[in-house]
Amino acid sequence: MTDKTYLFQYLLRLADDHLILSQRLGEWCGEAPTLEEDLALANIALDLIGQSRSIYSYAADVENKGRDEDHLAFVRVERDYRNALIAEQPNGDFAHTIARQFFVSAFMVPFWREMESSNDLMLAAIAAKASKEVAYHLRHASEWVIRLGDGTEESRERMIEALDDLFIFTGEMFEVDETVEAMIRSGVCTDPSSLMGEWLQTVQSVIAQATLEMPDTGFMQTGGRMGRHTEHLGHILSELQYMQRTYPGQVW
Amino acid sequence: MDHMSADNQQSPDTRAATAWLAAAAVPDPEIPVVTVADLGILRSVDVDADGVVVARVSPTYSGCPATSLIQQMVLEALVQAGFDKARVDTVLSPAWTTDWITADGRRKLQAFGIAPPVASSNSKRALFGETLVNCPHCGAGETERISEFGSTPCKALYRCTICKEPFDYFKCL
Repeated sequence: MTDKTYLFQYLLRLADDHLILSQRLGEWCGEAPTLEEDLALANIALDLIGQSRSIYSYAADVENKGRDEDHLAFVRVERDYRNALIAEQPNGDFAHTIARQFFVSAFMVPFWREMESSNDLMLAAIAAKASKEVAYHLRHASEWVIRLGDGTEESRERMIEALDDLFIFTGEMFEVDETVEAMIRSGVCTDPSSLMGEWLQTVQSVIAQATLEMPDTGFMQTGGRMGRHTEHLGHILSELQYMQRTYPGQVW
Repeated sequence: MDHMSADNQQSPDTRAATAWLAAAAVPDPEIPVVTVADLGILRSVDVDADGVVVARVSPTYSGCPATSLIQQMVLEALVQAGFDKARVDTVLSPAWTTDWITADGRRKLQAFGIAPPVASSNSKRALFGETLVNCPHCGAGETERISEFGSTPCKALYRCTICKEPFDYFKCL
């Protein structure tokens, strides 16, 4: 593969992470436990979709095959999506949504901060915006982990279960394969496994404040980066892609 | 007086200055009391070698739905001012910060009932810790945050514990 193909693959992964997680958060719209939370989750979804749009547009330029951001977002088949599995996990109860957002945001904060000094100027520019936004996402999710964990017996049980259920999907964020290696080599990104220490520190500190225990570490799920998804992605896509599949090329 | 309209006989500098005035007056679609210049999102207006007026606009938040509307409004303002050949570019870097809101913009936000961002966004305290926000209605400092996220991506929800009024706070970014 050439450097351009690696870069395109890498951008697709990043954009897919943001789009799919954003779509999941959007499912809460009108259904969140309180009005404030409805606004919060929709706002976070909006940040993520904005970030994904910038990345898809850039990916389309890099690929240079006449596909645009909408084409990349809406008309690929399931196996062509490259998002990490954690992004597609169901919302579950509110605690599951928060645990998912917490694990991802705790990674995105150091990830985008490092990306600000990428020698890919477009990614560095996207990172400059994104890193300010994810700081709010992390604070929001952290506060909820603490509130639910150190809350009632019921909320505590649910928070524990959510953290346990989702922890198995966190390893994928730090994976280094051929594509990531190529990106590290050309100075596009820092080695994601080097962010593990800071991520663990954030996660441990918030979980401790929530008076909870760290989930058991061990086997980690993988596959999203190669297009092997959980059964959930197909259902997300059937909703996400409906308009473009029914009315191809339709614009607002 | 027609200094607000384009004249191809004018020097590029004069044309750019005229175009700036036209673009700068465009109101924010969500908070119409402030203009794109007040918010600091209109970065520059130049005339390129081909005589095309290029306005550069920074989004406040990556996903702000107003961004494309603002670009369209800036373009329309330029065309209306007589600049037929005009373009609006998006600038991501350097990223927009609330520090770029002008003093005038802050005053207008306050008068409209939106508390302007309190501290410089470089301050860790402002980004991660508790922020002391004064109520834009009664001026009291005894306010509490209801939600980190408000009616638009750039705002948080607060409540004044003295006059009991809820209000929007323009977050530091």
